[in-house]
Amino acid sequence: MTTLTARRQATPRGRRPSHTVADAITMLRRNLLHMVRYPGLSMFTILGPVVILLLLVFVFGGTLGAGLPGVDPASGRDAYLAYVMPGILVITIAGTASGASITVAMDMTEGITARFRTMSISRAAVLAGHVVGNTIQAIIAVALVLGVGLLVGFRPTAGVAEWFAVAGLTVLVSFAVSWLGVAMGMQSKTVETASNLPMILTILPLLGSGFVPTGSMPEWMQSFAQYQPFTSFIETVRGLLLGTPLGWNPMLAIGWCALLSVAGYVWSMALYERTSVR
Amino acid sequence: MTSSAIDVHGLCKSYGGRVVLDDVDLSVAAGTVTALLGPNGAGKTTTVHILSTLVRPDGGTAFVNGCDVLRDHDGVRAAIGVTGQFSAVDGLLTGEENLQLMARLRHLGAKRSKARVTELLEQFDLVEAARKPLATYSGGMRRRLDLAMTLVQAPSVIFLDEPTSGLDPRSRHTVWDIVRDLVAQGTTVLLTTQQLAEADELADRIAVLDGGRIVAEGTPDELKRLVPGGHIRLRLPDSAALDAASRLFGESARDEAGLALTVPGDGTVGALRGILDRLDAAGVEVDDLSIHTPDLDDVFFALTGTKDRPGRVDTKGTES
Repeated sequence: MTTLTARRQATPRGRRPSHTVADAITMLRRNLLHMVRYPGLSMFTILGPVVILLLLVFVFGGTLGAGLPGVDPASGRDAYLAYVMPGILVITIAGTASGASITVAMDMTEGITARFRTMSISRAAVLAGHVVGNTIQAIIAVALVLGVGLLVGFRPTAGVAEWFAVAGLTVLVSFAVSWLGVAMGMQSKTVETASNLPMILTILPLLGSGFVPTGSMPEWMQSFAQYQPFTSFIETVRGLLLGTPLGWNPMLAIGWCALLSVAGYVWSMALYERTSVR
Repeated sequence: MTSSAIDVHGLCKSYGGRVVLDDVDLSVAAGTVTALLGPNGAGKTTTVHILSTLVRPDGGTAFVNGCDVLRDHDGVRAAIGVTGQFSAVDGLLTGEENLQLMARLRHLGAKRSKARVTELLEQFDLVEAARKPLATYSGGMRRRLDLAMTLVQAPSVIFLDEPTSGLDPRSRHTVWDIVRDLVAQGTTVLLTTQQLAEADELADRIAVLDGGRIVAEGTPDELKRLVPGGHIRLRLPDSAALDAASRLFGESARDEAGLALTVPGDGTVGALRGILDRLDAAGVEVDDLSIHTPDLDDVFFALTGTKDRPGRVDTKGTES
Protein backbone atom coordinates (compact mmCIF):
# COMPACT_ATOMS: atom_id res chain seq x y z
CA MET A 1 0.00 0.00 0.00
CA THR A 2 2.90 2.35 0.54
CA THR A 3 3.75 2.34 -3.14
CA LEU A 4 0.18 3.18 -4.00
CA THR A 5 0.07 6.10 -1.60
CA ALA A 6 3.32 7.41 -2.93
CA ARG A 7 2.06 7.28 -6.48
CA ARG A 8 -1.12 9.03 -5.54
CA GLN A 9 0.80 11.92 -4.05
CA ALA A 10 2.92 12.18 -7.14
CA THR A 11 -0.05 12.74 -9.45
CA PRO A 12 -0.39 16.41 -10.30
CA ARG A 13 -3.25 18.04 -8.44
CA GLY A 14 -4.99 21.00 -9.99
CA ARG A 15 -3.81 22.81 -13.08
CA ARG A 16 -1.44 25.64 -13.13
CA PRO A 17 -2.36 28.76 -15.11
CA SER A 18 0.66 28.17 -17.34
CA HIS A 19 -0.92 24.90 -18.47
CA THR A 20 -4.05 26.68 -19.67
CA VAL A 21 -1.95 28.84 -21.99
CA ALA A 22 0.23 25.90 -23.10
CA ASP A 23 -2.89 23.78 -23.73
CA ALA A 24 -4.56 26.59 -25.68
CA ILE A 25 -1.45 26.80 -27.90
CA THR A 26 -1.52 23.00 -28.39
CA MET A 27 -5.19 23.23 -29.39
CA LEU A 28 -4.45 26.16 -31.72
CA ARG A 29 -1.70 24.14 -33.41
CA ARG A 30 -4.16 21.31 -33.90
CA ASN A 31 -6.71 23.64 -35.51
CA LEU A 32 -4.13 25.26 -37.77
CA LEU A 33 -2.93 21.80 -38.83
CA HIS A 34 -6.52 20.93 -39.78
CA MET A 35 -6.68 24.07 -41.94
CA VAL A 36 -3.41 23.31 -43.72
CA ARG A 37 -4.21 19.62 -44.15
CA TYR A 38 -7.80 20.08 -45.30
CA PRO A 39 -8.09 23.49 -46.94
CA GLY A 40 -11.54 22.79 -48.40
CA LEU A 41 -13.46 24.47 -45.61
CA SER A 42 -11.14 27.49 -45.63
CA MET A 43 -11.36 27.83 -49.42
CA PHE A 44 -15.12 27.92 -49.18
CA THR A 45 -15.06 30.86 -46.77
CA ILE A 46 -12.94 32.81 -49.27
CA LEU A 47 -14.56 31.75 -52.54
CA GLY A 48 -18.09 32.51 -51.33
CA PRO A 49 -17.53 36.24 -50.75
CA VAL A 50 -15.41 36.54 -53.93
CA VAL A 51 -18.25 35.11 -56.03
CA ILE A 52 -20.75 37.45 -54.37
CA LEU A 53 -18.40 40.41 -54.97
CA LEU A 54 -17.91 39.63 -58.67
CA LEU A 55 -21.61 38.97 -59.15
CA LEU A 56 -22.67 42.18 -57.42
CA VAL A 57 -20.15 44.34 -59.24
CA PHE A 58 -20.22 42.93 -62.76
CA VAL A 59 -23.84 41.74 -63.00
CA PHE A 60 -25.85 44.03 -60.72
CA GLY A 61 -23.29 46.79 -60.16
CA GLY A 62 -24.18 49.06 -63.07
CA THR A 63 -27.82 49.36 -62.06
CA LEU A 64 -27.30 49.27 -58.28
CA GLY A 65 -24.54 51.90 -58.48
CA ALA A 66 -26.69 54.24 -60.56
CA GLY A 67 -29.24 54.14 -57.76
CA LEU A 68 -26.81 55.30 -55.07
CA PRO A 69 -27.47 58.88 -53.94
CA GLY A 70 -25.29 61.47 -55.71
CA VAL A 71 -23.69 59.12 -58.22
CA ASP A 72 -23.35 59.79 -61.94
CA PRO A 73 -25.21 56.87 -63.60
CA ALA A 74 -22.36 56.48 -66.12
CA SER A 75 -19.84 55.50 -63.43
CA GLY A 76 -22.30 53.37 -61.49
CA ARG A 77 -20.26 50.18 -61.52
CA ASP A 78 -17.12 51.75 -59.99
CA ALA A 79 -19.20 53.62 -57.44
CA TYR A 80 -20.97 50.40 -56.42
CA LEU A 81 -17.67 48.49 -56.10
CA ALA A 82 -16.47 51.14 -53.65
CA TYR A 83 -19.80 51.10 -51.82
CA VAL A 84 -20.12 47.32 -51.48
CA MET A 85 -16.51 46.44 -50.60
CA PRO A 86 -16.77 47.12 -46.83
CA GLY A 87 -19.93 45.00 -46.73
CA ILE A 88 -18.18 42.17 -48.58
CA LEU A 89 -15.28 42.27 -46.11
CA VAL A 90 -17.64 42.07 -43.15
CA ILE A 91 -19.67 39.27 -44.74
CA THR A 92 -16.38 37.41 -45.27
CA ILE A 93 -15.75 37.51 -41.53
CA ALA A 94 -19.34 36.50 -40.78
CA GLY A 95 -18.95 33.54 -43.14
CA THR A 96 -16.04 32.10 -41.17
CA ALA A 97 -18.38 31.45 -38.24
CA SER A 98 -19.65 28.36 -40.05
CA GLY A 99 -16.08 27.04 -40.23
CA ALA A 100 -15.71 27.33 -36.45
CA SER A 101 -19.15 25.89 -35.91
CA ILE A 102 -18.56 22.86 -38.15
CA THR A 103 -15.14 22.12 -36.62
CA VAL A 104 -16.54 22.26 -33.10
CA ALA A 105 -19.53 20.08 -34.00
CA MET A 106 -17.24 17.52 -35.68
CA ASP A 107 -15.10 17.33 -32.55
CA MET A 108 -18.21 16.77 -30.47
CA THR A 109 -19.57 13.98 -32.67
CA GLU A 110 -16.13 12.33 -33.05
CA GLY A 111 -15.89 11.98 -29.28
CA ILE A 112 -12.55 13.76 -29.08
CA THR A 113 -14.14 16.55 -27.02
CA ALA A 114 -15.25 13.95 -24.49
CA ARG A 115 -11.65 12.70 -24.36
CA PHE A 116 -10.38 16.23 -23.74
CA ARG A 117 -12.88 16.57 -20.92
CA THR A 118 -11.64 13.41 -19.19
CA MET A 119 -8.15 14.89 -19.27
CA SER A 120 -7.03 17.71 -17.03
CA ILE A 121 -7.41 20.44 -19.67
CA SER A 122 -9.33 23.64 -18.98
CA ARG A 123 -12.37 24.12 -21.17
CA ALA A 124 -11.17 27.68 -21.85
CA ALA A 125 -8.05 26.21 -23.49
CA VAL A 126 -10.05 23.86 -25.72
CA LEU A 127 -12.41 26.64 -26.83
CA ALA A 128 -9.69 29.28 -27.18
CA GLY A 129 -7.86 26.94 -29.59
CA HIS A 130 -10.90 26.98 -31.84
CA VAL A 131 -11.51 30.72 -31.49
CA VAL A 132 -7.95 31.88 -32.12
CA GLY A 133 -7.55 29.41 -35.02
CA ASN A 134 -10.73 30.66 -36.62
CA THR A 135 -9.77 34.30 -36.05
CA ILE A 136 -6.49 33.72 -37.90
CA GLN A 137 -8.41 32.06 -40.71
CA ALA A 138 -10.82 35.00 -40.90
CA ILE A 139 -7.97 37.53 -41.11
CA ILE A 140 -6.37 35.57 -43.98
CA ALA A 141 -9.75 35.36 -45.74
CA VAL A 142 -10.32 39.13 -45.39
CA ALA A 143 -6.84 39.87 -46.78
CA LEU A 144 -7.42 37.62 -49.80
CA VAL A 145 -10.91 38.97 -50.55
CA LEU A 146 -9.57 42.53 -50.23
CA GLY A 147 -6.82 41.54 -52.69
CA VAL A 148 -9.44 40.43 -55.23
CA GLY A 149 -11.28 43.71 -54.65
CA LEU A 150 -8.12 45.67 -55.41
CA LEU A 151 -7.58 43.59 -58.56
CA VAL A 152 -11.02 44.43 -59.94
CA GLY A 153 -10.54 48.14 -59.30
CA PHE A 154 -11.30 48.95 -55.65
CA ARG A 155 -9.29 52.05 -54.73
CA PRO A 156 -9.37 52.88 -50.98
CA THR A 157 -8.19 56.31 -49.83
CA ALA A 158 -6.95 55.11 -46.44
CA GLY A 159 -3.61 56.17 -44.98
CA VAL A 160 -1.31 54.01 -42.83
CA ALA A 161 -3.18 54.79 -39.60
CA GLU A 162 -6.52 53.90 -41.19
CA TRP A 163 -5.16 50.61 -42.52
CA PHE A 164 -3.98 49.71 -39.02
CA ALA A 165 -7.38 50.60 -37.66
CA VAL A 166 -9.06 48.40 -40.29
CA ALA A 167 -6.73 45.53 -39.37
CA GLY A 168 -7.52 46.01 -35.68
CA LEU A 169 -11.25 46.05 -36.29
CA THR A 170 -10.96 42.93 -38.48
CA VAL A 171 -9.30 41.12 -35.57
CA LEU A 172 -11.98 42.27 -33.11
CA VAL A 173 -14.94 41.37 -35.33
CA SER A 174 -13.36 38.01 -36.29
CA PHE A 175 -12.80 37.21 -32.61
CA ALA A 176 -16.41 38.02 -31.72
CA VAL A 177 -17.81 36.09 -34.70
CA SER A 178 -15.57 33.10 -33.87
CA TRP A 179 -16.89 32.90 -30.30
CA LEU A 180 -20.43 32.94 -31.66
CA GLY A 181 -19.50 30.27 -34.21
CA VAL A 182 -18.00 28.05 -31.50
CA ALA A 183 -21.11 28.43 -29.36
CA MET A 184 -23.34 27.58 -32.33
CA GLY A 185 -21.25 24.48 -33.01
CA MET A 186 -21.71 23.41 -29.39
CA GLN A 187 -25.42 24.07 -29.59
CA SER A 188 -25.85 21.93 -32.72
CA LYS A 189 -26.53 18.25 -32.30
CA THR A 190 -25.32 17.42 -35.81
CA VAL A 191 -22.69 18.75 -38.18
CA GLU A 192 -25.46 19.68 -40.65
CA THR A 193 -27.13 21.98 -38.12
CA ALA A 194 -23.73 23.39 -37.26
CA SER A 195 -23.17 24.42 -40.86
CA ASN A 196 -26.63 26.01 -41.19
CA LEU A 197 -27.01 27.82 -37.88
CA PRO A 198 -24.29 30.46 -38.59
CA MET A 199 -26.18 31.48 -41.77
CA ILE A 200 -27.94 33.95 -39.48
CA LEU A 201 -24.65 35.81 -39.21
CA THR A 202 -24.12 35.98 -42.99
CA ILE A 203 -27.66 37.27 -43.54
CA LEU A 204 -27.30 40.10 -40.99
CA PRO A 205 -24.91 42.22 -43.12
CA LEU A 206 -27.53 42.09 -45.91
CA LEU A 207 -30.06 43.66 -43.54
CA GLY A 208 -27.72 46.60 -42.89
CA SER A 209 -25.90 49.27 -44.80
CA GLY A 210 -23.57 46.85 -46.57
CA PHE A 211 -25.23 46.53 -49.97
CA VAL A 212 -27.70 49.38 -50.22
CA PRO A 213 -28.04 52.55 -48.10
CA THR A 214 -30.43 51.99 -45.20
CA GLY A 215 -32.32 55.13 -46.31
CA SER A 216 -33.73 53.18 -49.27
CA MET A 217 -35.41 50.60 -47.01
CA PRO A 218 -38.95 50.70 -45.59
CA GLU A 219 -39.06 52.67 -42.35
CA TRP A 220 -39.69 49.71 -40.04
CA MET A 221 -36.62 47.97 -41.37
CA GLN A 222 -34.47 51.09 -41.26
CA SER A 223 -34.54 51.22 -37.48
CA PHE A 224 -33.25 47.66 -37.30
CA ALA A 225 -30.75 48.13 -40.12
CA GLN A 226 -29.24 51.24 -38.59
CA TYR A 227 -28.65 49.87 -35.12
CA GLN A 228 -27.71 46.23 -35.66
CA PRO A 229 -24.06 45.35 -34.95
CA PHE A 230 -22.99 44.68 -38.54
CA THR A 231 -23.97 48.15 -39.71
CA SER A 232 -21.56 49.69 -37.20
CA PHE A 233 -18.80 47.33 -38.44
CA ILE A 234 -19.53 48.16 -42.10
CA GLU A 235 -19.79 51.91 -41.53
CA THR A 236 -16.50 51.92 -39.59
CA VAL A 237 -14.66 50.02 -42.34
CA ARG A 238 -16.22 52.27 -44.97
CA GLY A 239 -15.23 55.42 -43.09
CA LEU A 240 -11.67 54.19 -42.60
CA LEU A 241 -11.14 52.95 -46.17
CA LEU A 242 -13.04 55.61 -48.11
CA GLY A 243 -13.20 58.61 -45.79
CA THR A 244 -16.98 58.69 -45.27
CA PRO A 245 -18.14 60.20 -41.94
CA LEU A 246 -17.40 57.81 -39.05
CA GLY A 247 -19.61 59.35 -36.35
CA TRP A 248 -20.10 57.07 -33.34
CA ASN A 249 -19.64 53.95 -35.43
CA PRO A 250 -16.09 53.00 -34.26
CA MET A 251 -17.23 53.18 -30.61
CA LEU A 252 -20.37 51.20 -31.40
CA ALA A 253 -18.36 48.61 -33.34
CA ILE A 254 -15.89 48.07 -30.48
CA GLY A 255 -18.78 47.87 -28.00
CA TRP A 256 -20.63 45.32 -30.12
CA CYS A 257 -17.45 43.24 -30.52
CA ALA A 258 -16.93 43.15 -26.77
CA LEU A 259 -20.58 42.31 -26.13
CA LEU A 260 -20.76 39.54 -28.76
CA SER A 261 -17.44 38.02 -27.65
CA VAL A 262 -18.61 37.85 -24.04
CA ALA A 263 -21.97 36.43 -25.12
CA GLY A 264 -20.30 33.74 -27.28
CA TYR A 265 -17.83 32.96 -24.49
CA VAL A 266 -20.48 32.56 -21.78
CA TRP A 267 -22.75 30.60 -24.13
CA SER A 268 -20.10 28.10 -25.21
CA MET A 269 -18.55 27.69 -21.74
CA ALA A 270 -21.98 26.83 -20.37
CA LEU A 271 -22.61 24.29 -23.13
CA TYR A 272 -19.18 22.67 -22.96
CA GLU A 273 -19.76 21.02 -19.58
CA ARG A 274 -23.27 20.02 -20.50
CA THR A 275 -23.19 18.67 -24.02
CA SER A 276 -19.89 16.99 -24.71
CA VAL A 277 -21.36 13.59 -23.90
CA ARG A 278 -23.69 12.41 -26.58
CA MET B 1 -8.07 0.80 3.95
CA THR B 2 -7.28 2.76 0.84
CA SER B 3 -6.72 -0.28 -1.33
CA SER B 4 -9.81 0.52 -3.42
CA ALA B 5 -8.96 2.35 -6.62
CA ILE B 6 -12.66 2.86 -7.34
CA ASP B 7 -15.23 3.22 -4.59
CA VAL B 8 -18.87 3.82 -5.41
CA HIS B 9 -21.79 4.01 -3.01
CA GLY B 10 -25.47 4.50 -3.73
CA LEU B 11 -24.93 5.93 -7.20
CA CYS B 12 -28.16 7.14 -8.86
CA LYS B 13 -28.82 8.76 -12.20
CA SER B 14 -32.00 9.45 -14.17
CA TYR B 15 -32.52 11.06 -17.52
CA GLY B 16 -35.88 12.80 -17.76
CA GLY B 17 -37.61 10.51 -15.26
CA ARG B 18 -36.01 7.38 -16.72
CA VAL B 19 -33.90 5.63 -14.12
CA VAL B 20 -30.56 4.63 -15.58
CA LEU B 21 -28.64 3.88 -12.37
CA ASP B 22 -30.43 2.86 -9.20
CA ASP B 23 -28.36 2.71 -6.01
CA VAL B 24 -25.20 1.18 -7.47
CA ASP B 25 -22.40 0.10 -5.11
CA LEU B 26 -19.08 -0.92 -6.57
CA SER B 27 -15.57 -1.33 -5.26
CA VAL B 28 -12.52 -2.11 -7.35
CA ALA B 29 -9.27 -3.02 -5.63
CA ALA B 30 -6.12 -1.34 -6.94
CA GLY B 31 -4.31 -3.33 -9.58
CA THR B 32 -7.25 -5.56 -10.48
CA VAL B 33 -9.68 -5.85 -13.36
CA THR B 34 -13.41 -5.59 -12.77
CA ALA B 35 -15.88 -6.18 -15.56
CA LEU B 36 -19.26 -4.50 -15.61
CA LEU B 37 -21.35 -7.03 -17.44
CA GLY B 38 -24.79 -6.22 -18.69
CA PRO B 39 -27.12 -5.95 -21.66
CA ASN B 40 -27.63 -2.78 -23.69
CA GLY B 41 -29.04 0.02 -21.59
CA ALA B 42 -28.11 -1.56 -18.27
CA GLY B 43 -26.25 1.60 -17.25
CA LYS B 44 -22.68 0.52 -17.98
CA THR B 45 -21.70 3.54 -20.05
CA THR B 46 -23.41 5.94 -17.65
CA THR B 47 -21.36 4.46 -14.79
CA VAL B 48 -18.15 5.01 -16.76
CA HIS B 49 -19.22 8.54 -17.68
CA ILE B 50 -19.86 9.41 -14.04
CA LEU B 51 -16.57 7.93 -12.87
CA SER B 52 -14.65 9.78 -15.58
CA THR B 53 -16.28 13.13 -14.62
CA LEU B 54 -18.26 13.48 -17.84
CA VAL B 55 -21.67 13.21 -16.19
CA ARG B 56 -22.83 14.30 -12.74
CA PRO B 57 -24.72 11.68 -10.75
CA ASP B 58 -28.04 12.59 -9.13
CA GLY B 59 -27.03 10.95 -5.88
CA GLY B 60 -24.42 8.82 -4.17
CA THR B 61 -20.68 9.10 -3.80
CA ALA B 62 -17.87 8.01 -6.06
CA PHE B 63 -14.13 8.09 -5.48
CA VAL B 64 -11.47 7.29 -8.05
CA ASN B 65 -7.90 6.91 -6.82
CA GLY B 66 -9.00 8.58 -3.60
CA CYS B 67 -10.36 11.68 -5.37
CA ASP B 68 -14.02 12.68 -5.16
CA VAL B 69 -15.55 12.47 -8.64
CA LEU B 70 -17.96 15.28 -7.78
CA ARG B 71 -15.57 17.76 -6.21
CA ASP B 72 -12.06 17.01 -7.42
CA HIS B 73 -12.38 16.81 -11.21
CA ASP B 74 -8.74 17.61 -11.80
CA GLY B 75 -7.51 15.01 -9.33
CA VAL B 76 -9.64 12.33 -10.98
CA ARG B 77 -8.73 13.43 -14.49
CA ALA B 78 -5.01 13.35 -13.73
CA ALA B 79 -5.28 9.73 -12.59
CA ILE B 80 -7.53 8.20 -15.24
CA GLY B 81 -7.53 7.17 -18.86
CA VAL B 82 -10.77 6.55 -20.75
CA THR B 83 -11.45 4.69 -23.95
CA GLY B 84 -15.08 4.94 -24.89
CA GLN B 85 -17.33 2.97 -27.16
CA PHE B 86 -16.98 5.50 -29.94
CA SER B 87 -13.46 6.25 -31.00
CA ALA B 88 -12.19 9.50 -29.57
CA VAL B 89 -9.48 10.18 -32.10
CA ASP B 90 -8.84 13.17 -34.34
CA GLY B 91 -9.83 11.86 -37.76
CA LEU B 92 -8.07 14.68 -39.61
CA LEU B 93 -4.62 13.97 -38.17
CA THR B 94 -2.25 11.03 -38.60
CA GLY B 95 -1.85 8.39 -35.92
CA GLU B 96 1.48 9.83 -34.85
CA GLU B 97 0.05 13.36 -34.63
CA ASN B 98 -2.83 12.09 -32.50
CA LEU B 99 -0.37 10.60 -30.02
CA GLN B 100 1.78 13.74 -30.08
CA LEU B 101 -1.32 15.81 -29.32
CA MET B 102 -2.00 13.68 -26.24
CA ALA B 103 1.64 13.84 -25.14
CA ARG B 104 1.57 17.65 -25.36
CA LEU B 105 -1.69 17.88 -23.45
CA ARG B 106 -0.16 15.67 -20.73
CA HIS B 107 2.85 18.04 -20.64
CA LEU B 108 5.43 15.32 -21.10
CA GLY B 109 8.03 17.64 -22.59
CA ALA B 110 9.48 17.37 -26.09
CA LYS B 111 12.01 14.62 -25.47
CA ARG B 112 9.81 12.33 -23.38
CA SER B 113 6.89 12.91 -25.75
CA LYS B 114 8.89 11.72 -28.71
CA ALA B 115 10.16 8.63 -26.92
CA ARG B 116 6.70 7.75 -25.58
CA VAL B 117 5.03 8.19 -28.99
CA THR B 118 7.60 5.93 -30.67
CA GLU B 119 7.21 3.36 -27.91
CA LEU B 120 3.41 3.31 -28.18
CA LEU B 121 3.44 3.10 -31.98
CA GLU B 122 5.62 0.00 -31.70
CA GLN B 123 3.66 -1.55 -28.83
CA PHE B 124 0.35 -1.13 -30.68
CA ASP B 125 1.68 -2.26 -34.05
CA LEU B 126 1.05 1.11 -35.70
CA VAL B 127 4.55 1.96 -36.90
CA GLU B 128 3.79 1.47 -40.59
CA ALA B 129 0.59 3.49 -40.43
CA ALA B 130 2.01 6.20 -38.16
CA ARG B 131 2.28 8.88 -40.84
CA LYS B 132 -0.91 7.97 -42.68
CA PRO B 133 -4.18 9.89 -42.20
CA LEU B 134 -6.78 8.15 -40.06
CA ALA B 135 -9.14 7.82 -43.01
CA THR B 136 -6.99 4.89 -44.14
CA TYR B 137 -7.20 3.09 -40.76
CA SER B 138 -9.30 -0.02 -40.19
CA GLY B 139 -11.66 -0.27 -37.23
CA GLY B 140 -9.14 -2.33 -35.29
CA MET B 141 -6.34 0.17 -35.96
CA ARG B 142 -8.49 3.07 -34.82
CA ARG B 143 -9.33 1.23 -31.62
CA ARG B 144 -5.68 0.42 -31.00
CA LEU B 145 -4.77 4.07 -31.57
CA ASP B 146 -7.59 5.11 -29.24
CA LEU B 147 -6.16 2.86 -26.53
CA ALA B 148 -2.63 4.08 -27.16
CA MET B 149 -3.84 7.69 -26.76
CA THR B 150 -5.38 6.75 -23.42
CA LEU B 151 -2.06 5.31 -22.27
CA VAL B 152 0.26 8.18 -23.23
CA GLN B 153 0.78 9.10 -19.60
CA ALA B 154 0.43 5.70 -17.88
CA PRO B 155 -2.79 6.35 -15.94
CA SER B 156 -3.30 4.51 -12.67
CA VAL B 157 -6.99 3.78 -13.38
CA ILE B 158 -8.32 2.94 -16.83
CA PHE B 159 -11.92 2.79 -17.97
CA LEU B 160 -12.62 0.73 -21.06
CA ASP B 161 -16.18 1.03 -22.32
CA GLU B 162 -16.87 -1.99 -24.52
CA PRO B 163 -13.28 -1.97 -25.77
CA THR B 164 -13.73 -4.81 -28.25
CA SER B 165 -17.21 -4.20 -29.63
CA GLY B 166 -17.12 -4.34 -33.40
CA LEU B 167 -13.61 -5.81 -33.58
CA ASP B 168 -12.60 -8.96 -35.41
CA PRO B 169 -11.32 -11.89 -33.29
CA ARG B 170 -7.67 -11.10 -33.93
CA SER B 171 -7.96 -7.44 -32.93
CA ARG B 172 -9.97 -8.54 -29.91
CA HIS B 173 -7.16 -10.74 -28.74
CA THR B 174 -4.69 -7.91 -29.26
CA VAL B 175 -6.82 -5.68 -27.03
CA TRP B 176 -7.06 -8.44 -24.43
CA ASP B 177 -3.27 -8.80 -24.41
CA ILE B 178 -2.91 -5.07 -23.95
CA VAL B 179 -5.28 -5.14 -20.97
CA ARG B 180 -3.32 -8.02 -19.40
CA ASP B 181 -0.07 -6.09 -19.85
CA LEU B 182 -1.61 -3.06 -18.16
CA VAL B 183 -2.70 -5.10 -15.18
CA ALA B 184 0.73 -6.70 -14.96
CA GLN B 185 2.11 -3.17 -14.62
CA GLY B 186 -0.23 -2.48 -11.69
CA THR B 187 -2.96 -0.53 -13.48
CA THR B 188 -6.53 -0.76 -12.24
CA VAL B 189 -9.01 -1.52 -15.00
CA LEU B 190 -12.78 -1.17 -15.07
CA LEU B 191 -14.17 -2.50 -18.30
CA THR B 192 -17.71 -2.83 -19.53
CA THR B 193 -18.78 -5.60 -21.81
CA GLN B 194 -21.75 -7.48 -23.13
CA GLN B 195 -19.57 -10.46 -23.93
CA LEU B 196 -19.46 -13.08 -21.25
CA ALA B 197 -16.33 -14.67 -22.65
CA GLU B 198 -14.53 -11.35 -22.41
CA ALA B 199 -15.43 -10.83 -18.76
CA ASP B 200 -14.43 -14.41 -17.99
CA GLU B 201 -11.17 -13.99 -19.86
CA LEU B 202 -9.99 -10.74 -18.32
CA ALA B 203 -11.74 -9.93 -15.09
CA ASP B 204 -10.79 -10.72 -11.51
CA ARG B 205 -14.28 -9.75 -10.45
CA ILE B 206 -17.50 -9.31 -12.36
CA ALA B 207 -20.42 -7.08 -11.47
CA VAL B 208 -23.58 -7.91 -13.37
CA LEU B 209 -25.57 -4.78 -14.09
CA ASP B 210 -29.18 -4.95 -15.19
CA GLY B 211 -31.76 -2.18 -15.37
CA GLY B 212 -29.45 0.15 -13.45
CA ARG B 213 -28.87 -2.21 -10.50
CA ILE B 214 -26.03 -4.54 -9.63
CA VAL B 215 -27.78 -7.91 -9.57
CA ALA B 216 -24.72 -10.03 -8.80
CA GLU B 217 -21.07 -9.48 -7.95
CA GLY B 218 -18.15 -11.82 -7.45
CA THR B 219 -15.34 -13.72 -9.12
CA PRO B 220 -16.23 -15.49 -12.36
CA ASP B 221 -16.22 -18.81 -10.50
CA GLU B 222 -18.42 -17.52 -7.69
CA LEU B 223 -20.93 -16.32 -10.24
CA LYS B 224 -20.92 -19.63 -12.03
CA ARG B 225 -21.63 -21.38 -8.73
CA LEU B 226 -24.76 -19.28 -8.37
CA VAL B 227 -26.27 -21.22 -11.21
CA PRO B 228 -26.72 -24.96 -10.94
CA GLY B 229 -26.80 -26.90 -14.18
CA GLY B 230 -23.47 -28.57 -14.72
CA HIS B 231 -23.76 -31.67 -16.85
CA ILE B 232 -21.87 -34.47 -18.52
CA ARG B 233 -22.53 -35.12 -22.15
CA LEU B 234 -22.15 -38.63 -23.60
CA ARG B 235 -22.01 -39.28 -27.32
CA LEU B 236 -23.01 -42.78 -28.34
CA PRO B 237 -22.33 -44.83 -31.48
CA ASP B 238 -25.95 -45.76 -32.35
CA SER B 239 -29.55 -45.45 -31.16
CA ALA B 240 -29.45 -48.85 -29.46
CA ALA B 241 -26.61 -47.65 -27.25
CA LEU B 242 -28.50 -44.41 -26.65
CA ASP B 243 -31.54 -46.39 -25.48
CA ALA B 244 -29.37 -48.51 -23.20
CA ALA B 245 -27.63 -45.49 -21.73
CA SER B 246 -30.80 -43.53 -21.14
CA ARG B 247 -32.27 -46.49 -19.23
CA LEU B 248 -29.21 -46.33 -16.95
CA PHE B 249 -29.61 -42.67 -16.09
CA GLY B 250 -33.18 -41.88 -15.28
CA GLU B 251 -33.10 -38.08 -15.22
CA SER B 252 -31.00 -37.67 -18.35
CA ALA B 253 -32.01 -35.76 -21.48
CA ARG B 254 -31.80 -37.42 -24.89
CA ASP B 255 -30.60 -35.77 -28.05
CA GLU B 256 -31.82 -38.15 -30.78
CA ALA B 257 -30.30 -36.36 -33.74
CA GLY B 258 -26.87 -35.99 -32.12
CA LEU B 259 -26.99 -39.47 -30.55
CA ALA B 260 -26.10 -37.82 -27.27
CA LEU B 261 -27.22 -38.03 -23.68
CA THR B 262 -26.98 -35.22 -21.15
CA VAL B 263 -26.53 -36.44 -17.62
CA PRO B 264 -26.83 -33.92 -14.78
CA GLY B 265 -23.86 -33.76 -12.47
CA ASP B 266 -20.74 -31.76 -11.78
CA GLY B 267 -17.37 -32.66 -13.17
CA THR B 268 -15.85 -34.16 -10.02
CA VAL B 269 -13.83 -37.36 -10.37
CA GLY B 270 -16.28 -39.23 -8.13
CA ALA B 271 -19.29 -38.32 -10.24
CA LEU B 272 -17.44 -39.25 -13.42
CA ARG B 273 -16.28 -42.56 -12.00
CA GLY B 274 -19.85 -43.36 -10.99
CA ILE B 275 -21.13 -42.75 -14.49
CA LEU B 276 -18.35 -44.71 -16.19
CA ASP B 277 -18.76 -47.65 -13.78
CA ARG B 278 -22.45 -47.89 -14.57
CA LEU B 279 -21.79 -47.72 -18.33
CA ASP B 280 -19.11 -50.44 -18.05
CA ALA B 281 -21.35 -52.67 -15.97
CA ALA B 282 -24.09 -52.44 -18.60
CA GLY B 283 -21.59 -52.92 -21.44
CA VAL B 284 -22.51 -49.64 -23.19
CA GLU B 285 -19.87 -48.23 -25.54
CA VAL B 286 -19.37 -44.45 -25.49
CA ASP B 287 -17.77 -42.55 -28.36
CA ASP B 288 -17.13 -39.34 -26.54
CA LEU B 289 -17.57 -37.77 -23.12
CA SER B 290 -17.45 -34.09 -22.24
CA ILE B 291 -17.89 -32.17 -19.00
CA HIS B 292 -19.89 -28.91 -19.01
CA THR B 293 -19.62 -26.57 -16.04
CA PRO B 294 -22.18 -23.76 -16.07
CA ASP B 295 -20.72 -20.92 -18.10
CA LEU B 296 -21.38 -17.22 -17.78
CA ASP B 297 -24.08 -17.53 -20.41
CA ASP B 298 -26.11 -19.52 -17.93
CA VAL B 299 -25.35 -16.96 -15.21
CA PHE B 300 -26.22 -14.06 -17.41
CA PHE B 301 -29.57 -15.37 -18.51
CA ALA B 302 -30.47 -16.69 -15.08
CA LEU B 303 -29.79 -13.26 -13.55
CA THR B 304 -31.01 -10.89 -16.22
CA GLY B 305 -32.80 -12.63 -19.03
CA THR B 306 -35.74 -14.24 -17.27
CA LYS B 307 -37.18 -11.13 -15.72
CA ASP B 308 -38.10 -8.19 -17.86
CA ARG B 309 -38.85 -5.53 -15.33
CA PRO B 310 -40.90 -2.51 -16.31
CA GLY B 311 -38.88 0.68 -16.45
CA ARG B 312 -35.88 -1.09 -17.84
CA VAL B 313 -34.02 1.11 -20.25
CA ASP B 314 -33.61 -0.34 -23.69
CA THR B 315 -32.14 2.52 -25.63
CA LYS B 316 -28.46 3.19 -25.94
CA GLY B 317 -26.81 6.46 -25.05
CA THR B 318 -27.76 9.44 -23.01
CA GLU B 319 -29.68 12.60 -23.48
CA SER B 320 -27.75 15.76 -23.86
